[in-house]
Amino acid sequence: MRMLQAIFAHPSGRIGGFIVGLYLLLAALGVLGLTPHNPLMQYRIDRLHAPDSTYWMGTDLFGRDVASRLMMGIGQSFIVAFFSVAFAALAGTVLGLAAAWFGRRWDGIVMRVMDVLLAFPAILLALLIVAVAGPGTWTSIVAIAIVYTPIFTRVVRGPALSLKAREFVDAARTFGSSSSYIVTRHLLLNLVAPLTVQITLALAWALLTEAGLSFLGLGTQPPAASLGLMLSDSRNLMETAPWLMIFPGLAIMISILGFNLLGDALRDIFDPRMRRAIA
Amino acid sequence: MTYLLRRLAVFPLVLIGVSIVVFVAIRMVPGDAITAMLGTEAGLLTPAQRESLAAYFGIDQPWFVQYGRWLAGLLHGNLGISSTYGKPVLEIILERFPLTLELALLSMIIALVVGVPAGVFAATHNEKLSDLGVRIAAMIGQSTPNFVLALLIIYTLSAGFGVLPAMGEFSPLWQDPLRNLGQLILPAITLGFAFAASVTRISRSAMLDVLSDDYVRTARSKGVSARGVIWRHALPNALIPVVTLSGIEFGYLLGGAVIVEQIYALPGLGRLVLDAILQRDYALVQGAVLFIAFNFMIVNLLVDLAYVALDPRIRLGEQ
Repeated sequence: MRMLQAIFAHPSGRIGGFIVGLYLLLAALGVLGLTPHNPLMQYRIDRLHAPDSTYWMGTDLFGRDVASRLMMGIGQSFIVAFFSVAFAALAGTVLGLAAAWFGRRWDGIVMRVMDVLLAFPAILLALLIVAVAGPGTWTSIVAIAIVYTPIFTRVVRGPALSLKAREFVDAARTFGSSSSYIVTRHLLLNLVAPLTVQITLALAWALLTEAGLSFLGLGTQPPAASLGLMLSDSRNLMETAPWLMIFPGLAIMISILGFNLLGDALRDIFDPRMRRAIA
Repeated sequence: MTYLLRRLAVFPLVLIGVSIVVFVAIRMVPGDAITAMLGTEAGLLTPAQRESLAAYFGIDQPWFVQYGRWLAGLLHGNLGISSTYGKPVLEIILERFPLTLELALLSMIIALVVGVPAGVFAATHNEKLSDLGVRIAAMIGQSTPNFVLALLIIYTLSAGFGVLPAMGEFSPLWQDPLRNLGQLILPAITLGFAFAASVTRISRSAMLDVLSDDYVRTARSKGVSARGVIWRHALPNALIPVVTLSGIEFGYLLGGAVIVEQIYALPGLGRLVLDAILQRDYALVQGAVLFIAFNFMIVNLLVDLAYVALDPRIRLGEQ
């Protein structure tokens, strides 16, 4: 509750929080199928219909309602973003904590593997994984999760290493606390702040990567809707039906903006010293 | 310095790791290179013909033999033969690389020329309306995916002015510089946009930090003009994080901008990799990805070196 208050007291937190909330609602409605029209239904008589009161954002080449498909696409993009970031955050946290706690050889192995993954530009690694596993929703989730795991591992390992050297960890050891208790209770709890910020920003990247993969035809497969795919399909009809491009384009942009604003606000809230530096 | 030495020592290890990841990954792709190359005609091959083709591309051997051969070839600058182009992989990569390099450089120039002055302006007008305007613009810029921007640019040009971006046969810089610039300027603006936004944000925050430092106050009290303080005393120090950020972004751009190249129909490295993946051109994917990862690592190493060179206070070894 205090967290929510803090977010709403922060100007970018307010705007970002509002955008993210709105998208969550649209995504939920889209996933549940509570859209103005059936997103897969082809109203052939109304093909390439301009936006009006029946079709708020017009219809596409097959006569499908763009607004409904947009909601379905937002749902799809959010599912990919949330699952991939959840996996990456989980894997990164476990690996980062393990590297910091066990140190030495384990630290060396984990961090070298992460170095290898970080040596690839993100989209290239995602492309490679999708090429191996074949396009689809789950592949996108796995690909994005693998791409962002090294980032989470680094975000966790650094602070975990310095926390490990602090007196309260020594004290806990002297009192006979078990390793697992110290790692979860003393290390992990103190890492909640950097992890929350990183998760919010990673969601913005994940949405961007998902849209990019779908745009290249390697993400969500038709007839399901996804923002990147809708945008890619709009290319040849840009002049006759600009709404096919404008609405999905804006939808992607605003969703990323929302998470970026929220991430910035969270960073300010957790670390007031950074306030000016990143504003 | 120990940090950099360690980085250098790890460099070949990471490169071998990258090569193994690429090598293993590409062999897990369903379907084989011969079918991908010949399409339905592959069904017409006799077993003997198929075997001879497999032997020609070296894919008849177990994976470790293939990897060993590839690695040995690599050390001689031989990355194998592309099954789609029938040419040496390195030759194809080097044909595509100048475009990618030029595009990355142009984008970086745009980002720095727009971003640094915008950041300095915002910092010197801190908390004023104009500062807010720059910050909002930068935030929006940073949140705009390059493919959305590319489509918006093309749409605006075609709907508003009835012109289309110069596509068609790509002309290299040394053949027709004007035409080349005409073909690359829109893609460069597209890629430079979000890049400029990041540069603006980081120059603004770095500038704000530096402006509150003691030596800037000393310079001011000595009577140095406001402009002199900003450009001669504050900016050089504020540029350190800008160099780091630009270096990292530049490294990414050297990997080829897959989607932007696709939209503007540019034959760069990004599209080469994408097409090679779709064609299952093993040798080409391996070679190109390794080339890109190598460049990316080199650029990151240079960024670290620049970081040390620019700020002698930094003792990376202690971090």
